[in-house]
Amino acid sequence: MYPSRFNYESPKTLADAIALLDSGAGETKVLAGGQSLVPMMKLRFAFPGTVVDINNIPNLNYHRFDSDGTLRIGALCRHEDLEHSDVIAKGQPTIAAAAPLVADPIVRTRGTFVGSLCHADPQGDWAAVMIALGGRVVVQGPKGKREIAMKDFVLGPFQTALEFNEIAIEAVIPAPAGQARGGYLKLERRVGDFATASVAVALEITGGKVVRAGIAMAGVGGKTIDATDAASSLVGQALTEANIATVAAAVAAVAEPRSDHRGSSDYKRQIIRTFVTRILTSIANSTKKAA
Amino acid sequence: MTSLYEEISTPPAGDVPVRRVTINVNGQARTVDVEPRLLLAHLIRQGLKLTGTHTGCDTTNCGACTVLFDGRPIKSCTMFAVQADGHKVETVESLASASELHPIQEGFKEKHGLQCGFCTPGMMMAAKALLERNLNPTEDEIRWAISGNLCRCTGYQNIVKAILWAAEKMRAESK
Repeated sequence: MYPSRFNYESPKTLADAIALLDSGAGETKVLAGGQSLVPMMKLRFAFPGTVVDINNIPNLNYHRFDSDGTLRIGALCRHEDLEHSDVIAKGQPTIAAAAPLVADPIVRTRGTFVGSLCHADPQGDWAAVMIALGGRVVVQGPKGKREIAMKDFVLGPFQTALEFNEIAIEAVIPAPAGQARGGYLKLERRVGDFATASVAVALEITGGKVVRAGIAMAGVGGKTIDATDAASSLVGQALTEANIATVAAAVAAVAEPRSDHRGSSDYKRQIIRTFVTRILTSIANSTKKAA
Repeated sequence: MTSLYEEISTPPAGDVPVRRVTINVNGQARTVDVEPRLLLAHLIRQGLKLTGTHTGCDTTNCGACTVLFDGRPIKSCTMFAVQADGHKVETVESLASASELHPIQEGFKEKHGLQCGFCTPGMMMAAKALLERNLNPTEDEIRWAISGNLCRCTGYQNIVKAILWAAEKMRAESK
Protein backbone atom coordinates (compact mmCIF):
# COMPACT_ATOMS: atom_id res chain seq x y z
CA MET A 1 0.00 0.00 0.00
CA TYR A 2 1.22 3.46 -0.86
CA PRO A 3 0.07 6.80 0.42
CA SER A 4 -0.91 9.49 -2.05
CA ARG A 5 1.97 11.65 -3.24
CA PHE A 6 3.16 14.31 -0.86
CA ASN A 7 5.99 16.75 -0.36
CA TYR A 8 8.36 15.92 2.44
CA GLU A 9 10.03 18.54 4.58
CA SER A 10 12.48 17.90 7.41
CA PRO A 11 13.10 21.25 9.10
CA LYS A 12 15.90 21.62 11.61
CA THR A 13 14.17 24.18 13.81
CA LEU A 14 10.74 24.57 15.37
CA ALA A 15 10.40 28.01 13.78
CA ASP A 16 10.93 26.52 10.30
CA ALA A 17 8.44 23.75 11.03
CA ILE A 18 5.80 26.26 12.15
CA ALA A 19 6.47 28.40 9.07
CA LEU A 20 5.88 25.36 6.86
CA LEU A 21 2.58 24.63 8.63
CA ASP A 22 1.60 28.30 8.38
CA SER A 23 2.17 28.36 4.61
CA GLY A 24 0.49 24.97 4.15
CA ALA A 25 -3.07 26.26 4.50
CA GLY A 26 -4.20 23.24 6.46
CA GLU A 27 -2.95 20.68 3.95
CA THR A 28 0.15 19.96 6.02
CA LYS A 29 0.63 17.32 8.72
CA VAL A 30 3.28 16.96 11.40
CA LEU A 31 5.11 13.63 11.43
CA ALA A 32 6.65 12.57 14.75
CA GLY A 33 6.64 8.82 15.47
CA GLY A 34 4.36 8.17 12.50
CA GLN A 35 2.80 5.06 14.04
CA SER A 36 -0.72 6.39 13.48
CA LEU A 37 -0.15 8.88 10.66
CA VAL A 38 1.74 6.54 8.31
CA PRO A 39 -0.89 3.74 8.49
CA MET A 40 -3.63 6.35 8.00
CA MET A 41 -1.84 7.71 4.95
CA LYS A 42 -1.36 4.19 3.56
CA LEU A 43 -5.07 3.49 4.00
CA ARG A 44 -5.72 6.93 2.44
CA PHE A 45 -7.72 8.10 5.40
CA ALA A 46 -5.18 10.93 5.48
CA PHE A 47 -3.65 12.55 2.39
CA PRO A 48 -1.71 15.64 3.41
CA GLY A 49 -0.07 17.64 0.63
CA THR A 50 3.01 18.15 2.74
CA VAL A 51 4.43 16.16 5.61
CA VAL A 52 6.60 18.07 8.07
CA ASP A 53 8.92 15.57 9.75
CA ILE A 54 9.94 17.01 13.13
CA ASN A 55 12.39 14.20 13.94
CA ASN A 56 15.38 16.34 12.96
CA ILE A 57 14.53 19.17 15.34
CA PRO A 58 16.87 18.99 18.34
CA ASN A 59 15.85 19.11 22.00
CA LEU A 60 12.35 17.66 21.68
CA ASN A 61 13.21 14.17 22.95
CA TYR A 62 13.09 14.53 26.71
CA HIS A 63 11.06 13.81 29.80
CA ARG A 64 12.06 15.37 33.08
CA PHE A 65 10.79 16.58 36.40
CA ASP A 66 11.27 20.26 37.24
CA SER A 67 12.57 20.96 40.75
CA ASP A 68 8.97 21.62 41.90
CA GLY A 69 7.84 18.18 40.67
CA THR A 70 6.19 19.24 37.39
CA LEU A 71 6.71 16.55 34.74
CA ARG A 72 7.48 17.67 31.17
CA ILE A 73 7.37 15.31 28.19
CA GLY A 74 8.80 16.58 24.89
CA ALA A 75 7.23 16.03 21.47
CA LEU A 76 9.77 13.38 20.45
CA CYS A 77 9.72 11.35 23.67
CA ARG A 78 8.89 7.80 22.55
CA HIS A 79 6.60 5.43 24.46
CA GLU A 80 9.63 3.22 24.98
CA ASP A 81 11.59 6.04 26.64
CA LEU A 82 8.88 6.30 29.28
CA GLU A 83 8.63 2.51 29.64
CA HIS A 84 12.34 2.21 30.50
CA SER A 85 12.70 5.46 32.44
CA ASP A 86 14.00 5.40 36.01
CA VAL A 87 12.57 8.84 36.84
CA ILE A 88 9.12 7.77 35.63
CA ALA A 89 9.33 4.48 37.53
CA LYS A 90 10.16 6.44 40.68
CA GLY A 91 7.98 9.51 40.25
CA GLN A 92 4.93 8.93 38.05
CA PRO A 93 3.17 5.58 38.67
CA THR A 94 0.22 6.10 36.30
CA ILE A 95 2.50 6.74 33.32
CA ALA A 96 4.87 3.95 34.42
CA ALA A 97 1.96 1.48 34.47
CA ALA A 98 0.53 2.57 31.10
CA ALA A 99 3.77 2.80 29.07
CA PRO A 100 4.29 -0.98 28.65
CA LEU A 101 0.65 -1.40 27.56
CA VAL A 102 0.64 1.09 24.67
CA ALA A 103 0.42 -0.62 21.26
CA ASP A 104 3.18 -3.26 20.92
CA PRO A 105 6.90 -3.17 21.81
CA ILE A 106 8.04 -2.37 18.27
CA VAL A 107 5.54 0.42 17.74
CA ARG A 108 6.66 1.82 21.12
CA THR A 109 10.20 2.42 19.86
CA ARG A 110 8.89 5.04 17.39
CA GLY A 111 5.51 6.28 18.57
CA THR A 112 5.47 9.36 20.78
CA PHE A 113 3.45 10.36 23.83
CA VAL A 114 2.57 13.82 22.48
CA GLY A 115 1.84 12.41 19.02
CA SER A 116 -0.70 10.02 20.54
CA LEU A 117 -2.46 12.95 22.19
CA CYS A 118 -2.59 14.81 18.86
CA HIS A 119 -3.92 11.74 17.04
CA ALA A 120 -6.86 11.95 19.50
CA ASP A 121 -8.03 8.40 19.05
CA PRO A 122 -10.99 8.00 21.45
CA GLN A 123 -9.47 4.66 22.55
CA GLY A 124 -6.00 6.10 23.18
CA ASP A 125 -4.22 5.11 26.37
CA TRP A 126 -2.36 8.37 26.92
CA ALA A 127 -5.44 10.57 26.64
CA ALA A 128 -7.00 8.68 29.57
CA VAL A 129 -3.75 8.98 31.54
CA MET A 130 -3.50 12.72 30.83
CA ILE A 131 -7.12 13.34 31.84
CA ALA A 132 -6.61 11.41 35.09
CA LEU A 133 -3.46 13.39 35.82
CA GLY A 134 -5.01 16.76 34.95
CA GLY A 135 -2.29 17.38 32.35
CA ARG A 136 -1.87 20.19 29.85
CA VAL A 137 -0.52 20.36 26.31
CA VAL A 138 1.89 23.14 25.30
CA VAL A 139 1.42 24.19 21.70
CA GLN A 140 3.48 26.62 19.66
CA GLY A 141 2.41 28.59 16.59
CA PRO A 142 3.42 31.73 14.73
CA LYS A 143 2.06 33.88 17.56
CA GLY A 144 3.94 32.03 20.29
CA LYS A 145 3.10 29.42 22.88
CA ARG A 146 -0.13 28.59 24.67
CA GLU A 147 -1.17 25.86 27.07
CA ILE A 148 -4.36 23.85 26.66
CA ALA A 149 -5.79 21.68 29.44
CA MET A 150 -6.06 18.07 28.26
CA LYS A 151 -9.82 18.07 28.87
CA ASP A 152 -10.12 20.94 26.35
CA PHE A 153 -7.48 19.63 23.93
CA VAL A 154 -9.57 16.90 22.33
CA LEU A 155 -12.69 18.23 20.59
CA GLY A 156 -13.92 14.92 19.19
CA PRO A 157 -12.66 11.72 17.61
CA PHE A 158 -9.36 12.57 15.85
CA GLN A 159 -9.99 16.28 16.37
CA THR A 160 -7.97 18.57 18.61
CA ALA A 161 -7.86 22.23 19.56
CA LEU A 162 -4.60 22.63 17.60
CA GLU A 163 -4.75 25.33 14.95
CA PHE A 164 -3.45 24.31 11.51
CA ASN A 165 -0.24 26.26 12.09
CA GLU A 166 0.47 25.02 15.61
CA ILE A 167 2.63 22.13 16.85
CA ALA A 168 2.16 20.38 20.19
CA ILE A 169 5.64 20.58 21.64
CA GLU A 170 5.24 19.34 25.19
CA ALA A 171 2.91 17.60 27.63
CA VAL A 172 2.91 18.96 31.18
CA ILE A 173 1.79 17.02 34.23
CA PRO A 174 1.39 19.33 37.24
CA ALA A 175 3.38 18.64 40.38
CA PRO A 176 1.37 16.48 42.79
CA ALA A 177 0.29 17.79 46.18
CA GLY A 178 2.01 15.17 48.31
CA GLN A 179 2.72 11.78 46.89
CA ALA A 180 1.72 10.73 43.37
CA ARG A 181 0.08 7.31 43.44
CA GLY A 182 -1.80 5.55 40.71
CA GLY A 183 -2.02 2.85 38.13
CA TYR A 184 -3.28 1.85 34.71
CA LEU A 185 -5.00 -1.38 33.76
CA LYS A 186 -6.13 -2.39 30.30
CA LEU A 187 -7.92 -5.44 29.00
CA GLU A 188 -7.06 -6.24 25.40
CA ARG A 189 -7.74 -9.40 23.40
CA ARG A 190 -4.14 -9.38 22.22
CA VAL A 191 -1.21 -6.99 22.29
CA GLY A 192 -1.82 -4.07 19.96
CA ASP A 193 -5.61 -4.40 19.83
CA PHE A 194 -7.85 -1.56 20.91
CA ALA A 195 -8.68 -1.72 24.60
CA THR A 196 -11.78 -3.69 25.52
CA ALA A 197 -11.72 -1.47 28.59
CA SER A 198 -9.01 0.47 30.37
CA VAL A 199 -8.74 2.67 33.44
CA ALA A 200 -6.18 5.28 34.48
CA VAL A 201 -6.07 6.25 38.15
CA ALA A 202 -4.01 9.15 39.50
CA LEU A 203 -4.19 9.99 43.19
CA GLU A 204 -2.32 12.55 45.24
CA ILE A 205 -1.94 11.49 48.85
CA THR A 206 -0.79 13.58 51.82
CA GLY A 207 -0.60 12.19 55.36
CA GLY A 208 -2.44 9.03 54.34
CA LYS A 209 -5.38 11.01 52.90
CA VAL A 210 -6.36 11.54 49.29
CA VAL A 211 -6.07 15.21 48.27
CA ARG A 212 -6.79 14.75 44.59
CA ALA A 213 -8.35 11.82 42.73
CA GLY A 214 -8.31 11.63 38.92
CA ILE A 215 -9.81 8.69 37.05
CA ALA A 216 -10.39 8.31 33.30
CA MET A 217 -11.35 5.45 31.01
CA ALA A 218 -10.77 4.36 27.42
CA GLY A 219 -12.56 1.76 25.34
CA VAL A 220 -15.87 2.23 27.08
CA GLY A 221 -17.39 5.08 25.08
CA GLY A 222 -17.05 7.15 21.94
CA LYS A 223 -14.47 9.30 23.71
CA THR A 224 -12.11 9.25 26.66
CA ILE A 225 -14.37 9.34 29.71
CA ASP A 226 -13.41 11.60 32.59
CA ALA A 227 -14.62 9.96 35.81
CA THR A 228 -12.99 12.46 38.14
CA ASP A 229 -16.39 13.60 39.51
CA ALA A 230 -17.23 9.98 40.31
CA ALA A 231 -13.94 9.70 42.20
CA SER A 232 -14.34 12.97 44.11
CA SER A 233 -15.83 11.28 47.19
CA LEU A 234 -12.32 9.99 47.95
CA VAL A 235 -10.96 13.51 48.51
CA GLY A 236 -10.22 14.12 52.18
CA GLN A 237 -10.49 10.40 52.97
CA ALA A 238 -8.05 7.60 53.61
CA LEU A 239 -8.68 4.68 51.26
CA THR A 240 -10.88 2.00 52.82
CA GLU A 241 -12.51 -1.12 51.49
CA ALA A 242 -15.87 0.64 51.72
CA ASN A 243 -14.99 3.86 49.87
CA ILE A 244 -13.04 1.91 47.22
CA ALA A 245 -16.17 -0.17 46.52
CA THR A 246 -18.31 2.98 46.32
CA VAL A 247 -15.96 4.73 43.90
CA ALA A 248 -15.47 1.61 41.75
CA ALA A 249 -19.25 1.39 41.33
CA ALA A 250 -19.57 5.14 40.66
CA VAL A 251 -16.85 5.06 38.00
CA ALA A 252 -18.36 2.00 36.31
CA ALA A 253 -21.71 3.82 36.29
CA VAL A 254 -20.37 6.72 34.19
CA ALA A 255 -18.78 4.40 31.60
CA GLU A 256 -20.68 4.26 28.31
CA PRO A 257 -19.70 0.86 26.93
CA ARG A 258 -21.31 -0.63 23.85
CA SER A 259 -21.81 -4.33 23.28
CA ASP A 260 -19.61 -5.51 20.43
CA HIS A 261 -17.27 -8.35 19.46
CA ARG A 262 -15.00 -7.44 22.38
CA GLY A 263 -17.72 -8.06 24.95
CA SER A 264 -21.10 -6.99 26.18
CA SER A 265 -21.72 -3.62 27.73
CA ASP A 266 -22.35 -5.25 31.15
CA TYR A 267 -19.10 -7.18 30.91
CA LYS A 268 -17.08 -4.05 30.12
CA ARG A 269 -18.70 -2.17 32.98
CA GLN A 270 -17.78 -5.01 35.31
CA ILE A 271 -14.18 -4.92 34.06
CA ILE A 272 -14.02 -1.20 34.85
CA ARG A 273 -15.32 -1.81 38.35
CA THR A 274 -12.80 -4.60 38.90
CA PHE A 275 -9.89 -2.55 37.56
CA VAL A 276 -10.71 0.49 39.72
CA THR A 277 -10.98 -1.79 42.76
CA ARG A 278 -7.67 -3.47 41.99
CA ILE A 279 -5.73 -0.25 41.46
CA LEU A 280 -7.16 1.49 44.53
CA THR A 281 -6.72 -1.59 46.73
CA SER A 282 -3.12 -1.92 45.67
CA ILE A 283 -2.53 1.77 46.50
CA ALA A 284 -4.27 1.32 49.88
CA ASN A 285 -2.13 -1.70 50.74
CA SER A 286 1.15 -0.04 49.84
CA THR A 287 0.15 3.19 51.64
CA LYS A 288 -0.57 1.16 54.78
CA LYS A 289 2.78 -0.59 54.48
CA ALA A 290 4.60 2.71 54.15
CA ALA A 291 2.79 4.21 57.18
CA MET B 1 1.44 -2.43 -8.18
CA THR B 2 4.29 -4.07 -6.37
CA SER B 3 6.93 -1.40 -6.66
CA LEU B 4 6.98 2.28 -7.38
CA TYR B 5 9.81 1.86 -9.82
CA GLU B 6 11.90 -1.15 -10.63
CA GLU B 7 15.29 0.48 -10.47
CA ILE B 8 15.59 2.81 -7.54
CA SER B 9 18.09 4.92 -9.50
CA THR B 10 15.44 5.76 -12.10
CA PRO B 11 13.49 8.78 -10.91
CA PRO B 12 9.72 8.58 -11.18
CA ALA B 13 8.10 10.46 -14.03
CA GLY B 14 6.59 13.90 -13.88
CA ASP B 15 6.96 16.52 -11.22
CA VAL B 16 7.24 14.16 -8.26
CA PRO B 17 9.82 15.53 -5.87
CA VAL B 18 12.68 13.12 -5.35
CA ARG B 19 15.09 13.24 -2.44
CA ARG B 20 18.62 11.88 -2.47
CA VAL B 21 19.29 10.05 0.78
CA THR B 22 22.23 8.14 2.18
CA ILE B 23 21.40 5.28 4.50
CA ASN B 24 23.83 2.96 6.22
CA VAL B 25 22.39 -0.46 5.47
CA ASN B 26 24.11 -3.41 7.11
CA GLY B 27 27.31 -1.42 7.49
CA GLN B 28 27.37 -0.10 3.94
CA ALA B 29 26.48 3.45 2.89
CA ARG B 30 23.78 3.33 0.20
CA THR B 31 22.85 6.49 -1.68
CA VAL B 32 19.49 6.37 -3.40
CA ASP B 33 16.93 8.74 -4.86
CA VAL B 34 13.53 8.18 -3.33
CA GLU B 35 10.10 9.60 -3.75
CA PRO B 36 8.91 10.66 -0.29
CA ARG B 37 6.05 8.18 -0.19
CA LEU B 38 8.33 5.18 -0.73
CA LEU B 39 8.23 3.08 2.43
CA LEU B 40 11.45 1.90 4.01
CA ALA B 41 10.33 -1.74 3.68
CA HIS B 42 9.91 -1.32 -0.07
CA LEU B 43 13.23 0.46 -0.49
CA ILE B 44 14.90 -2.42 1.33
CA ARG B 45 13.15 -5.11 -0.70
CA GLN B 46 12.70 -3.67 -4.17
CA GLY B 47 15.33 -0.96 -4.25
CA LEU B 48 18.18 -2.63 -2.42
CA LYS B 49 17.06 -6.18 -3.29
CA LEU B 50 17.38 -7.29 0.32
CA THR B 51 14.38 -9.58 0.26
CA GLY B 52 15.00 -11.12 3.68
CA THR B 53 12.81 -8.41 5.17
CA HIS B 54 9.21 -9.43 4.56
CA THR B 55 6.08 -7.35 4.27
CA GLY B 56 3.11 -9.16 5.76
CA CYS B 57 0.11 -7.15 6.83
CA ASP B 58 1.27 -3.74 5.58
CA THR B 59 -0.74 -2.22 8.43
CA THR B 60 1.72 -2.09 11.36
CA ASN B 61 0.33 -5.22 12.99
CA CYS B 62 2.40 -8.24 12.07
CA GLY B 63 6.04 -7.20 12.49
CA ALA B 64 7.36 -9.32 9.58
CA CYS B 65 9.08 -6.17 8.27
CA THR B 66 10.94 -5.51 11.54
CA VAL B 67 14.45 -4.11 11.05
CA LEU B 68 16.77 -2.31 13.43
CA PHE B 69 16.87 1.47 13.02
CA ASP B 70 19.81 2.97 14.91
CA GLY B 71 19.80 -0.26 16.92
CA ARG B 72 16.11 -0.25 17.90
CA PRO B 73 13.48 -2.43 16.25
CA ILE B 74 10.97 -0.69 13.99
CA LYS B 75 8.31 -1.82 11.55
CA SER B 76 9.84 -0.76 8.24
CA CYS B 77 6.42 -0.63 6.55
CA THR B 78 5.60 2.26 8.89
CA MET B 79 8.47 4.59 8.08
CA PHE B 80 9.19 6.47 4.89
CA ALA B 81 12.57 5.65 3.35
CA VAL B 82 13.34 9.37 3.20
CA GLN B 83 13.22 9.46 7.02
CA ALA B 84 16.15 7.05 7.22
CA ASP B 85 18.53 9.60 5.65
CA GLY B 86 21.71 9.61 7.75
CA HIS B 87 20.58 6.69 9.90
CA LYS B 88 21.69 3.11 10.39
CA VAL B 89 19.47 0.24 9.26
CA GLU B 90 20.15 -3.44 9.98
CA THR B 91 18.21 -6.16 8.22
CA VAL B 92 18.15 -9.92 8.73
CA GLU B 93 20.91 -10.19 6.11
CA SER B 94 23.29 -8.62 8.63
CA LEU B 95 23.02 -11.55 11.04
CA ALA B 96 25.06 -14.31 9.40
CA SER B 97 28.69 -13.90 8.45
CA ALA B 98 30.09 -15.58 5.34
CA SER B 99 31.02 -18.68 7.29
CA GLU B 100 28.62 -18.97 10.18
CA LEU B 101 25.12 -18.31 11.38
CA HIS B 102 24.30 -15.84 14.13
CA PRO B 103 23.40 -17.59 17.43
CA ILE B 104 19.79 -16.38 16.97
CA GLN B 105 19.63 -18.10 13.56
CA GLU B 106 21.23 -21.20 15.04
CA GLY B 107 18.67 -21.18 17.83
CA PHE B 108 15.78 -21.04 15.33
CA LYS B 109 17.38 -23.98 13.50
CA GLU B 110 18.11 -26.03 16.63
CA LYS B 111 14.73 -25.47 18.26
CA HIS B 112 12.58 -25.55 15.11
CA GLY B 113 11.58 -21.94 15.67
CA LEU B 114 9.86 -21.70 12.30
CA GLN B 115 7.47 -23.52 10.05
CA CYS B 116 6.53 -21.44 7.01
CA GLY B 117 9.28 -18.93 7.87
CA PHE B 118 7.43 -15.80 6.86
CA CYS B 119 7.60 -14.12 10.28
CA THR B 120 11.12 -15.37 11.01
CA PRO B 121 13.20 -12.37 9.82
CA GLY B 122 11.11 -9.99 11.93
CA MET B 123 11.16 -12.37 14.90
CA MET B 124 14.93 -12.62 14.72
CA MET B 125 15.44 -8.86 14.53
CA ALA B 126 13.08 -8.34 17.49
CA ALA B 127 15.04 -11.03 19.34
CA LYS B 128 18.32 -9.29 18.49
CA ALA B 129 17.04 -6.01 19.91
CA LEU B 130 15.95 -7.79 23.10
CA LEU B 131 19.23 -9.67 23.57
CA GLU B 132 21.26 -6.52 23.01
CA ARG B 133 19.42 -4.94 25.92
CA ASN B 134 19.07 -8.06 28.09
CA LEU B 135 21.26 -11.11 27.53
CA ASN B 136 19.52 -13.08 30.26
CA PRO B 137 15.79 -12.73 29.51
CA THR B 138 13.11 -14.79 31.19
CA GLU B 139 10.56 -16.62 29.08
CA ASP B 140 8.05 -13.95 30.03
CA GLU B 141 10.36 -11.14 28.91
CA ILE B 142 10.87 -12.90 25.57
CA ARG B 143 7.12 -13.27 25.08
CA TRP B 144 6.61 -9.55 25.75
CA ALA B 145 9.50 -8.59 23.45
CA ILE B 146 8.05 -10.50 20.49
CA SER B 147 4.45 -9.53 21.19
CA GLY B 148 4.57 -7.08 18.27
CA ASN B 149 5.46 -9.92 15.88
CA LEU B 150 2.78 -12.35 14.73
CA CYS B 151 3.38 -16.00 13.88
CA ARG B 152 0.50 -18.05 12.52
CA CYS B 153 2.26 -21.44 12.50
CA THR B 154 4.25 -22.23 15.59
CA GLY B 155 2.10 -21.11 18.49
CA TYR B 156 5.28 -19.28 19.57
CA GLN B 157 6.54 -22.13 21.79
CA ASN B 158 9.55 -22.98 19.68
CA ILE B 159 10.30 -19.35 18.90
CA VAL B 160 10.59 -18.67 22.62
CA LYS B 161 12.80 -21.76 23.03
CA ALA B 162 14.96 -20.63 20.11
CA ILE B 163 15.54 -17.22 21.67
CA LEU B 164 16.33 -18.80 25.07
CA TRP B 165 18.80 -21.07 23.28
CA ALA B 166 20.42 -18.10 21.51
CA ALA B 167 20.65 -16.13 24.75
CA GLU B 168 22.44 -19.00 26.45
CA LYS B 169 24.91 -19.35 23.59
CA MET B 170 25.54 -15.61 23.45
CA ARG B 171 26.14 -15.51 27.22
CA ALA B 172 28.65 -18.33 26.89
CA GLU B 173 30.37 -16.53 24.01
CA SER B 174 30.55 -13.24 25.87
CA LYS B 175 32.41 -14.80 28.81
